[in-house]
Amino acid sequence: MNRVVITGMGIYSTIGKNIEEVNNSLYTGKSGIGFEQLRKDLGFRSGLTGIIERPDLKGELKRRQRVGMAEESEYAYVATIEALKQARIEEDFLDKNDVGILYGNDSTAKSVVESYDILKEKKDTALVGSGAIFQSMNSTITMNLSIIFRLKGINLTVSAACASGSHSIGLGYHLIKSGLQDIIICGGGQEINYHSMGSFDGLNAFSVREDQPQKASRPFDRDRDGLVPSGGAATVILESYESAIKRGAKIIAEVIGYGFSSNGDHISVPNVVGPAKSLEMALKDAQLKAAQIDYINAHATATPVGDLNEAQSISKVFGPKTPYVSSTKSMTGHEMWMGGASEIIYSVLMMQNSYVAPNINFENPDEHSAKLNIATETIKNHNIDIFLSNSFGFGGTNSSLIVKKIK
Amino acid sequence: MENKEIITKVNYFLIDEFELEEDQLVPTASLKETLEIDSLDYVDLVVIIEKTFGFKVKGEDFVGIKTLQDFYDYIINRVQAN
Repeated sequence: MNRVVITGMGIYSTIGKNIEEVNNSLYTGKSGIGFEQLRKDLGFRSGLTGIIERPDLKGELKRRQRVGMAEESEYAYVATIEALKQARIEEDFLDKNDVGILYGNDSTAKSVVESYDILKEKKDTALVGSGAIFQSMNSTITMNLSIIFRLKGINLTVSAACASGSHSIGLGYHLIKSGLQDIIICGGGQEINYHSMGSFDGLNAFSVREDQPQKASRPFDRDRDGLVPSGGAATVILESYESAIKRGAKIIAEVIGYGFSSNGDHISVPNVVGPAKSLEMALKDAQLKAAQIDYINAHATATPVGDLNEAQSISKVFGPKTPYVSSTKSMTGHEMWMGGASEIIYSVLMMQNSYVAPNINFENPDEHSAKLNIATETIKNHNIDIFLSNSFGFGGTNSSLIVKKIK
Repeated sequence: MENKEIITKVNYFLIDEFELEEDQLVPTASLKETLEIDSLDYVDLVVIIEKTFGFKVKGEDFVGIKTLQDFYDYIINRVQAN
């Protein structure tokens, strides 16, 4: 079995457009949340959202390469360019080797809505344009990036709701561990437009603390009132240890455990048993005891029930003495299909720079979060050798990853 | 609409939308080989012609159009026919 390491990371998010900016935001507890009036005009219950600027790729990519890219494909492209650069993987290497892509994405609503709007107005499919179909499939990220980077390995989109990005890394880990692939571009992308969020807003799951956008995402806090939708993209280059050594690549960290489970329960309400099972499976895969984990990046999105159940799952596995826990969603909002991948990057940055990013807006615990060791402010000079990152999604899909420092 | 104005409009969208260089737009240029207009680009040409000139083009209309001059002539004929 191969050891699986991370040799590159790249990110385009609401708290920074590259690794350096994101690291600074995490350390200082900066929020990426804002308010969009257009959502209110459309009848949204909440106008809160992560705020991100769309990258301008004109001049960087040819028109033919751009027209099929949905918003999340653009974010993923920028993140992947940064990750490949860090991994020192250049075009010539991509042409000569079977590099794969496994990327999490579970919606691409804007392009579907816009195509339908054209049909309603023009009554002619010939006027929709050539790019719409390639923008309007869930695999828009993998289909576009695999062409742009001329990839020859596995080419697959992972759709698993808010655990998509995490599962993409977990599945990539297994393909490399078993020797089927040497290098896979893994990650998660999330569109951030109102087109994709109206139906979710209708579930009353979003925070309505609109007068204080940056205080709205309050994971584990007693007075939390829902999540804030957000997005962007995060790319992690997974590689076999042997391949990384052979290429002379700098090894950033090692993926040592992946756990997964399905609740088989309620479509939107998480439970305690399923996530705990995923956590325990990851620990078993990594051959670790719970006490060996130095930091937990919680899934906690700031919904009343979700955080309550995750706190109980963590307590069930870790007992009364937990390692530091924080939910970086307090700063980023809920990055959904992207979150499982971005939160690996956030945690690796903490590991590399010896700190724990704060769970901002955590002012008062509830009955169960009081049992967790939640980082209310930046914990400086804190060594992290091993961390665990949880991601849970609609349909009861759970994913847990364990990553270790390379010494 | 004068022929010159039609050609100016065609050149404008070829440069602006299809990102061709002005010096590539010589009448003898092959759409396929020189201007690298591929099968998917023809789908977008239909859209932009409808937006610019207000008429719909059928895919089969492009069959006999090989050069940029052929393309100008086709557009001019359709505009004048309308």
